[in-house]
Amino acid sequence: MGKRTILNSKHLEITLKRLASQLKENHQNFENTVLIGLQPRGIHVLERLKSILEKDLGKDLVCGQLDITFYRDDFRRREQPLIPSVTNIDFIIEDKRVVLIDDVLYTGRSIRSGLDALLAFGRPKSVELLILIDRQFERHLPIQADYIGKQVNTLPSEVVVVEWEQLDGEDMVILTEIENG
Amino acid sequence: MDNLSVEHLIGIKDLTKKDIELIFRTADSFKQVINRPIKKVPSLRDITIANLFFENSTRTRLSFELAEKRLSADVVNFSAASSSVKKGETLIDTVNNILAMKVDLVVMRHPNPGAAKFLSEKVDARIINAGDGTHEHPTQALLDAYSIRERHGEDFNGKKVVIVGDISHSRVALSNIFCLQKLGAEVMVCGPTTLIPKHIGSLGVKVEHDLRKALEWCDVANMLRIQLERQDIKYFPSLREYTMLFGLDKELLNSLDKEITVMHPGPINRGVEISSDVADSDQSIILQQVENGVAIRMAIIYLLASKIERN
Repeated sequence: MGKRTILNSKHLEITLKRLASQLKENHQNFENTVLIGLQPRGIHVLERLKSILEKDLGKDLVCGQLDITFYRDDFRRREQPLIPSVTNIDFIIEDKRVVLIDDVLYTGRSIRSGLDALLAFGRPKSVELLILIDRQFERHLPIQADYIGKQVNTLPSEVVVVEWEQLDGEDMVILTEIENG
Repeated sequence: MDNLSVEHLIGIKDLTKKDIELIFRTADSFKQVINRPIKKVPSLRDITIANLFFENSTRTRLSFELAEKRLSADVVNFSAASSSVKKGETLIDTVNNILAMKVDLVVMRHPNPGAAKFLSEKVDARIINAGDGTHEHPTQALLDAYSIRERHGEDFNGKKVVIVGDISHSRVALSNIFCLQKLGAEVMVCGPTTLIPKHIGSLGVKVEHDLRKALEWCDVANMLRIQLERQDIKYFPSLREYTMLFGLDKELLNSLDKEITVMHPGPINRGVEISSDVADSDQSIILQQVENGVAIRMAIIYLLASKIERN
């Protein structure tokens, strides 16, 4: 099984810092901005960015976690039911500038579900998308990210795995072949 | 990932502990959903559900209908009072006619025990039992246990629950006994001898005829209604005597040396099995039970619907 490292821990750190700077460029002091990580893996990107930005700005940012399970378009197209994760949005998103955060952008279907799920909480002023890894050329829907960590060209038979120190022992982004695929 | 081990929800008897815990976990998410500004998710937009009520119901029926609508399913309602059942149609014919209109899932309440199981064997749709005679009422038991879990924590081991009242005629009691035992809780039934089935001890439940002793033993008391409509003969001299011996009032509740949780599946007969001040007290979780009912039913419908094949 082929395995290729896309980002090692050092590069991942640099990338996250750049993304944080780009966010700062557009949102300055984050007065009217909320950051929302998509469950299950986007919340780890959010956590890192949050700690970088909070250290930098010296204040707490408004952050939430959004689960998209009930808004997905593949209900009943799978063998197993889709079991939801926790949604944690205890603030009003009405008229806020929302940054949706996920780890990998591939077909765009998760983000489509995420937008639907988000709008159930109200009408934000604007929504932007921040993605750590953008797998280009395999989009099923017209969705693009506003902030991109790294763009990669991949085959449908490959999968991008983002690993985090607190979960998997090391920060790393790798590209592997799907087993039996 | 997990899936339910059953294709229909006929009774708690068929469920495993894992099934029940999966339903609870899923209900946690739906409880979040129904507390949002927009209380609706699009998951079941291609599913049609028929609610068949051959027996009166307010709470259960509304609760199911809300759960279905909040999952974006299409809903048709049917009640026996205004239907062809009165004209002599059989149950299977009635249901097959409804299924011919492309219905995927049937929620049914019926006065005959076993009606839901019978239907699940004869027709091609998922069945959810919303109460069949004096047999089972699985969604009520699940929402009761879910409400206990919310108040007392996820671990049911060593939890003591007493079910007080008309055990003989209660489907809620039977489903509750199965559900709580599967989760690891201890169950006691309490009521007049005439209203407690003779061999209920064989289910592994304790039997008590003194309400005070039962309350001193338990952490949670589930007060049931006297189902006069199901009683063919008189089982006790008078309602007033029943209230004196088995009614829960504030005085009795306050005289216990601990704070127990009070539940009631509704409809309440205030002043009979439970006094008004107890029903409205902080120890009562009666309205939480109703709220949780919608979340639990959403979870059950969601999990069963995910097993329906697309065609």
